[in-house]
Amino acid sequence: MNAPLIIFFVLAVLAVIGAVSLILQKHPIHSALSLIVVMVALAGLYLLLGAEFVAAVQIIVYGGAIMVLFVFVIMLLNAGEEERTDFSKLAKFGGLPLALALTGLLAATMTKHGASLPNPGTAGTLAPTADLSTALFTTFVYPFELTSFLILVAIMGALVLAQREKS
Amino acid sequence: MSSLISNLNSALSGAAGYWLLTFLKVVLLLFIVLTVNAYLTWFERKVVAFMQTRVGPHRVGPHGLLQPAADGLKFLFKEDAMPAGVDKFVYLLAPFLALTLSLASLAVIPFGPKPLPFAFFGGHQINLWITNPDIGLLILFAVTALGVYGVALAGWASNSKYPLLGGLRSSAQMVSYELALTMSVVGVVLMANTFSLSRIIEAQSGRTLWGILPAWNVWSFHSGFPQIVGFFCFLTAAIAETNRVPFDLPEAESELVAGFHTEYSSFKFAMFFIAEYTSMITVSCLCTILFFGGWTSPFADSWTFTHYLPSAILIPFGLWVIYDGLKYETIFGRVALPGIGTALAAIGALLLAGIWIQPLQEANEFIQAPFWFLAKVFLFLFFYVWTRGTLPRFRYDQLMNIGWKLLLPVSIVNVIVTAAFVLYRSGK
Repeated sequence: MNAPLIIFFVLAVLAVIGAVSLILQKHPIHSALSLIVVMVALAGLYLLLGAEFVAAVQIIVYGGAIMVLFVFVIMLLNAGEEERTDFSKLAKFGGLPLALALTGLLAATMTKHGASLPNPGTAGTLAPTADLSTALFTTFVYPFELTSFLILVAIMGALVLAQREKS
Repeated sequence: MSSLISNLNSALSGAAGYWLLTFLKVVLLLFIVLTVNAYLTWFERKVVAFMQTRVGPHRVGPHGLLQPAADGLKFLFKEDAMPAGVDKFVYLLAPFLALTLSLASLAVIPFGPKPLPFAFFGGHQINLWITNPDIGLLILFAVTALGVYGVALAGWASNSKYPLLGGLRSSAQMVSYELALTMSVVGVVLMANTFSLSRIIEAQSGRTLWGILPAWNVWSFHSGFPQIVGFFCFLTAAIAETNRVPFDLPEAESELVAGFHTEYSSFKFAMFFIAEYTSMITVSCLCTILFFGGWTSPFADSWTFTHYLPSAILIPFGLWVIYDGLKYETIFGRVALPGIGTALAAIGALLLAGIWIQPLQEANEFIQAPFWFLAKVFLFLFFYVWTRGTLPRFRYDQLMNIGWKLLLPVSIVNVIVTAAFVLYRSGK
């Protein structure tokens, strides 16, 4: 057991516990807090893979901006504890087998093709942010610009919806 | 004895020694920062008092110098009341989050360029920072982004209307100003080509305007466009982000009692208090690093006599403290103040003796960078207090207008102009 492996297991367990608690918590704020734990643990995993820029952005965008909006809306609506309804029929009977099937599929793929997957970088070395931005602005410039256009359209859509409500 | 030291050195030279060293540095930094925090409250009360022609704290210790200790003790011994119906876990988590995150951001601040000139800890370099990652600036923003939760959750968990309103206000305010805060530093990042705080400082180490001024980002054309507009956007947004006057609406006492921390008492209140003052220190460090050249001296390298400026400040100040202390009204003051003054003057004299004594000369050279860094940080802390003593609080709609309709567009224009200049420079 070397240090990166120990950190990986700590973060992975943290992420899984956060995800389970997200579903099981009764209060929306507690669920939101669990989701933040998942986001931060994922950022730690990215950092472990050497993707420092992605890790920081994960915390800034998901852990910060988006989850703050979640918490903000929950606070604003003053949402109370949820009443637990019965699980849907599909989840009751299909849930466990489907989850097992997905896990099995992933595990099978990993064991079969794991060696041929591109190595994301050896632990301890960091991919410089400059390399990432060079790739984004040269090789992947069209997908990058298209994505930003998509986000712009979404912002315009939000504005239009907010305006309509006012008048 | 010497064999014991060499044994110790070899034991500490491995990875374990490095971790121990980092741990000790963290403890030392926490100790320093918490002490500075305590005396920052004293400084703030004194300065605001003088602005309002009052005396300020002067009962506990000479010139009220022991007031922070008294306040700390009071916080510790007060009844720790928890209101009925609170969400216990979140209620306790909130002050913990606020304090931890604000203290964590100090870990990436570099206080000086060079490691200590002597190695005694198993041969490890002892740098003047806890860690200096390539994405230092992004880590700071990540920590700031999470910092909202401390305030928002405190307001929500208190199960009371005023904290809830304060928490809502503050999360809205911090989310709004985070945009302007991030946009306003993009210009600096464009010019320095890096997110590393130490390299941002190194990029400003030259001279500009025929060598008259240091090449600090705030006024220099040397690598792009002067970031004076970016600086003002950053400073305004940062004051709003730390919930300080004139943007302290989350705790507007005339409307909301004490805002998000109304229901917190005893040391849990102190934790919010310490978190706020630590954020002030972090923001002052960031202003210094991003716009005012960090640890670089404002004087040219050839002006070696400016290296004795620390002595030139310490010796007269120490002598004045001795003079002031000798005629102080209490006996304790007549002993303590001259003692402090003598210590300050002695440090100044030792540094000045570097003119003749070689090791002291090296020590004097070493403290130049931290001296300038801390001097600039101190100026920004004074600015914080100054604005608190001067400006009235904004109205809530004014606050939102400033954030969204003024700071954000202006900082975006600043990014575009800076990008154009950087492009023009790199094309040449």
